[in-house]
Amino acid sequence: MTLTVEGRVLETDPEGYLRRLEDWDEDVARAMARADDIELDENHWEVLQFLKEYYEQYQLAPPVRVLTRAIAKRLGRDKGSSRYLYRLFPDGPAKQACRYAGLPKPTNCI
Amino acid sequence: MATPARKRFLWMSRRAPHGSVQAQEGLDALLMAVAFEQPVSVVFLDDGVYQLKRDQDPARIGRKNFCAGFPSLGIYDVHDIYAERESLALRGLREEDLLMPVRVVDSAALGALMEAHDVVMSF
Amino acid sequence: MLHLVNRSPFEERTIDACLRVAAPGSAVLLYEDGVYAGVRGTGVAGRLEAAAREMRVCVLEEDLAARGLQDAALVPGVHRVDYDGFVELAIEYDSVTTWR
Repeated sequence: MTLTVEGRVLETDPEGYLRRLEDWDEDVARAMARADDIELDENHWEVLQFLKEYYEQYQLAPPVRVLTRAIAKRLGRDKGSSRYLYRLFPDGPAKQACRYAGLPKPTNCI
Repeated sequence: MATPARKRFLWMSRRAPHGSVQAQEGLDALLMAVAFEQPVSVVFLDDGVYQLKRDQDPARIGRKNFCAGFPSLGIYDVHDIYAERESLALRGLREEDLLMPVRVVDSAALGALMEAHDVVMSF
Repeated sequence: MLHLVNRSPFEERTIDACLRVAAPGSAVLLYEDGVYAGVRGTGVAGRLEAAAREMRVCVLEEDLAARGLQDAALVPGVHRVDYDGFVELAIEYDSVTTWR
């Protein structure tokens, strides 16, 4: 499968995750979100940024528990809940946010 | 409802990282266990110590650098990570060759460690 | 003959069997987990060094790098080869044996 962003044709897996992390840029995330009727704001970007950094360091997607704790630290405790994350990413912070961030589909328990 | 009993797990990893999938499966299962908040210790011995070698670049052979995931264990409050001294020595590995700090223990201490855990998982 | 060994020297006796049998003048290529045997300072380095005086012993660079050993010192007399070098060896020697 492919995803076309600004004239670039990018390879994805059948569920829409990028095959190559290096294909990712912000336009890719925006295009994926727009297809789900989501307009990315700074709250979304904060989560995507964290996911990218975590993946780069550990080659793994973080579990939701780690994600919520990190968001609480950065944005305040009211935002560090899985309810907050589900409001941003209704299909699940793990799957949807990882996809927007260009990560492969999480295989670990997240 | 009664709280389920928490058992002390010892993860024992004995295989080289890229020659088979066993080492990676061990890490996947380990991350599963820690996600369920089980108290886990981890020990690397025999060729398993090669998983801790720093600067691995398995993209060169088309594989994922899953060993980069070990340093994330601290985030899950897994801090009891050991490597067997004899295994490191036989392979010419020093502590500064490793991708993260671990507790280096000798074989006798490792035997005692196994006795101190309820369940030993071998990968 | 070119002998191919892809097993760790610490888990199996494959490299021992190969070095015991391989004739002087033959070549041994260590790849996959076999590359661990070519690194200086291990418990099998002495055996490899002795073998390298009688035959050509090579390790595959890509497998060294995958294992974090791209800059590791090798046993004296043991050489690095890349995939192209692997192919050249296979052409140069009439027959190839893979030790399992």
